[in-house]
Amino acid sequence: MPDVKKFLYVNRKAPYGTIYALESLEVVLIGAAFEQDVSLAFLDDGVFQLTKGQNTEGIGVKNFSPTFRALGDYEVTKLFVERESLEERGLTEADLQEITYEDEDDDWAEKPSIRVVSRAEMAEIMADQDVVLSF
Amino acid sequence: MKFGVVISEGPYTHEAADTAYHFVKAAIAKGHEVPRVFFYHDGVNVSTRLSVPPQDERHIQNNWTALAKEHDIDLVVCIAAAQRRGLLDQNEAERQGKDANNIAEGFRISGLGQLIEMGIQTDRLVMFGD
Repeated sequence: MPDVKKFLYVNRKAPYGTIYALESLEVVLIGAAFEQDVSLAFLDDGVFQLTKGQNTEGIGVKNFSPTFRALGDYEVTKLFVERESLEERGLTEADLQEITYEDEDDDWAEKPSIRVVSRAEMAEIMADQDVVLSF
Repeated sequence: MKFGVVISEGPYTHEAADTAYHFVKAAIAKGHEVPRVFFYHDGVNVSTRLSVPPQDERHIQNNWTALAKEHDIDLVVCIAAAQRRGLLDQNEAERQGKDANNIAEGFRISGLGQLIEMGIQTDRLVMFGD
């Protein structure tokens, strides 16, 4: 068994309305301590989790979207967003938060964590994983 | 093969806890191992010992408690998800100043690290939910 496994967290649901998105993020943050090869996938309504300008005042629920910007500090640097899911919802990459990480292999250069990929590419990413957790 | 199992939907509302139960029984019957089952999201509600379904219905919590005892399966309930939903073991009830606890025999409350560890240590991780 390899020492490091590829973990993929698949986020398919909108950030509010159900608790899946928040509790998925809680797993990601705890899981970061285990030093595995972690990726996050955002597809279907899950793409709404990364939108900028979220305001939850009206529903009395905590806005946890700023936490995504801290993922780089946890060495979670691969956030794959499915292009077709964005398009189907009238969104573009410009509607998403800017999320970056500092690349220690490149003199700590700041790089974008979000990578928009096609549905076909997403399928390949999934097929390449050891452990897939679906939320 | 070693299977890790995650249950992420609540009992009775959703069939996930039943399907997982049948899966684990079948896997063990085929000679596979299921060292741990992890309860997350509303799946933590399976662990309450205060569930009283009608007598002609299956008793989901009792089924799991019995299966765990028979095959030495570690039933782990996520502490963060459990506390949100009012599921406490004796230690947590005392620590939080609550007057009751409700975790059934065979289940134990622990952290999300147990889920990640299960993913690392098993050959396949199977999630039952929506």
